[in-house]
Amino acid sequence: MTESLNQPLKKTPLTALHEGLGGKLVPFSGYLMPLHFEGILAEHRHTRTAAGLFDVSHMGQAVLHGDHAAEAFESLTPGDVLSLRVGSMRYTLLTDAAGGILDDLMVTKHSDHLHLVVNAARKDADFAHIRERLMGKAELEVRSDWALLALQGPAAQDVLGRFSAAARHMMFMTTEVLTLVDTQCLVSRCGYTGEDGYEISVPAEAAERLARELLVEDEVKPIGLGARDSLRLEAGLCLYGHDIDTTTTPIEAALAWTVNRRRRAEGGFPGTEVIMRQLSEGPARCRVGLRPEGRIPVREGTAIVSVAGDVIGRVTSGGFSPTLGSAIAMGYIDAAYRDPGTPVTFNIRGKKVTGAVVTLPFVPHRYAKL
Amino acid sequence: MAEIKYTRDHEWIRIEDGIGVVGITDYAQEQLGDVVFVELPDVGNALSQGKDAAVVESVKAASEVYAPLNGAVLEINTALPDSPEMVNSDPSGAGWFYKMSIAEPAQLADLMDADAYAAYIADL
Repeated sequence: MTESLNQPLKKTPLTALHEGLGGKLVPFSGYLMPLHFEGILAEHRHTRTAAGLFDVSHMGQAVLHGDHAAEAFESLTPGDVLSLRVGSMRYTLLTDAAGGILDDLMVTKHSDHLHLVVNAARKDADFAHIRERLMGKAELEVRSDWALLALQGPAAQDVLGRFSAAARHMMFMTTEVLTLVDTQCLVSRCGYTGEDGYEISVPAEAAERLARELLVEDEVKPIGLGARDSLRLEAGLCLYGHDIDTTTTPIEAALAWTVNRRRRAEGGFPGTEVIMRQLSEGPARCRVGLRPEGRIPVREGTAIVSVAGDVIGRVTSGGFSPTLGSAIAMGYIDAAYRDPGTPVTFNIRGKKVTGAVVTLPFVPHRYAKL
Repeated sequence: MAEIKYTRDHEWIRIEDGIGVVGITDYAQEQLGDVVFVELPDVGNALSQGKDAAVVESVKAASEVYAPLNGAVLEINTALPDSPEMVNSDPSGAGWFYKMSIAEPAQLADLMDADAYAAYIADL
């Protein structure tokens, strides 16, 4: 969660607000970001029961212009971008020639452009990659003048509905331009917690005003990156650089669902050969959920060991689930052991902890169903 | 009144009738964040000053808890594994870790009193 200081940390339009709210700020992906405010457990539970406000302005936002932007962008991803309807969004991946994952991102179709949201740690590399590959086909405009807020939790709809009634009627994975605090914002019904909620692209100069207004609402509290991580882990969602990276493919990562039937039939994306082979033959290893017995967190890097004593994989994300009151983890495991219910063990400080492969997510998603 | 001493690694030890009660300080629990698991030593284990005695797992990371003095584990706080949040809510009371015998009382001179510890953390 933290990293060494080797260059000045960047701030977001909300950094001063985080400091004023008593947040513990730490370096993250080159930014000074809040790890927690009240405490990770309390913030996690608040998001699951009411509504949490997250500053995710460190993430990269960009617009891809061009008459054939969707077609051009599909040449960089195994995902289906062409079939996206205006106002709809999709989770997709940038892949390399070996089928490795360069980043995971959200792409939204607008009438004359695509809106992209990529990971903070990857944004410079992603934007350079997109510009280089799509030169002459589409034009990338980085929107660092926009902040990004996420409002997540079962009360998110009621809260945002008070700012703009239209927010109530948005379907999951759709986007609308809504006026919030007298400012035009790009509001998407999506998130990274497993809860219903919204992500709001807001002009930087209006971001603090919007955040303050949202925090006035009884149900809303500020949430740091610590709870963002435990929430997404409970929801079984990947964290780039941990659960996915250039050494993992979409098929190994259990993200085959992002490669639709048409793309499988047509191919033509980076890594087609590897990805199609793994689709037909099955990958040698795959990402699974892991449920260690008890409360001892089984953290990233821990070996997954079979009952026979062989190392059969490694944990890529692990921690404590506030909702379940127990340890949870994800990792890559040899395909022979992938079935839910398969017993596994972990060695924690010389002690054997038993557990099992389980189905993801750990906590059921509660996305809006309209 | 019982004597309380502090280590540079943020353990406290309260001396009661020649026996030490050990826990981690309020500063330490604040730094760790929410504690979700505590691994306590076994009763009878030998303890060496400055060496591993217990492990605290917070939502953020695992941290070692060191023995403040040489001695042996006499008793452990059996309520702690099921209610590790007591380390956060009452670090110097209900959140104690273990009781220990004190093999070398002279080692107490290596530890800080409350005022010295307060000055120490103020500089961190």
